[in-house]
Amino acid sequence: MYFESFSEFLAMGGHGKYVWIAYGLAAMIFALNLVMPMLKRKRLIVEQTRQLRREELHASDS
Amino acid sequence: MWRWFHKLGSPKWFYAISGRWLPWFAVAALLLLSVGTVWALMFAPADYQQGNSFRIIYIHVPAAFLAQSGYVIMAVAGAIGLIWKMKLADVMAKCCAPIGASFTFLALVTGAVWGKPTWGAWWVWDARLTSMLVLLFLYLGVVALQSAFTDRNQAARASALLSLVGLVNIPIIKYSVEWWNTLHQPASLTLTEKPAMPAEMWVPLLIMVAGFYCFFTVVLLMRARVELLDRERRTGWVKDIISSGKS
Repeated sequence: MYFESFSEFLAMGGHGKYVWIAYGLAAMIFALNLVMPMLKRKRLIVEQTRQLRREELHASDS
Repeated sequence: MWRWFHKLGSPKWFYAISGRWLPWFAVAALLLLSVGTVWALMFAPADYQQGNSFRIIYIHVPAAFLAQSGYVIMAVAGAIGLIWKMKLADVMAKCCAPIGASFTFLALVTGAVWGKPTWGAWWVWDARLTSMLVLLFLYLGVVALQSAFTDRNQAARASALLSLVGLVNIPIIKYSVEWWNTLHQPASLTLTEKPAMPAEMWVPLLIMVAGFYCFFTVVLLMRARVELLDRERRTGWVKDIISSGKS
């Protein structure tokens, strides 16, 4: 372990602000890249399920 | 070889096989990134000149690597789509663009945040930084082109052409630190030489680079799979997936 204490770890020898901004932003970019395809997939499946049901109803009508 | 190529071009086959690959890449990404981050933040020694701000390297360098490789992958996939009219290649090229753009952005911003305590400036108009900014604009251009056409083939063609033209920027980024006088330091990791840093600094960097690449694979596959479901929505295999309710 490089740091003596947790507060020293947070302070990063006076560069805490810069280090934590960089790592925080990285975490955000990673999360965004994961969440976006998940949401898109969910939306697509809901949409398509509805569409398929509509087609089935239509088929049984005629 | 050709049969394999044809099979890989089949959306149904790709959807099935990528579903089997995904968890492995996800586990690898999670492991590498957690080990790398803990090592980078808590165990790697501080730089004797830059102090702890040097720890930003563990985000900045892998993001910049990924930004450039992602671009090359996008351009190559675009070219394959152009030449062989392979649908899957078009899908891959399209899905690379937003991911690559996000990592280019990350490389630029972490560079700025690192530049402030190191150079005393958030931004300088120097060759490396400017060519990376151009890379971001190229990515954004491809994202815009992809959504500018209602016809998918036209969108794929225009985007592939732009990505191929923009490919010229990649060697410019790489050699910018050698061709021009610049504040930016030269490459930290090269294939041919031993790094100038001690091992407890560059080993975590390698781990982070590997982790970033695995993560890229995961999100690229995730995006490509959704895109395939969308494009193939009228086919039997997609209807089966939708109606069986499992993802």
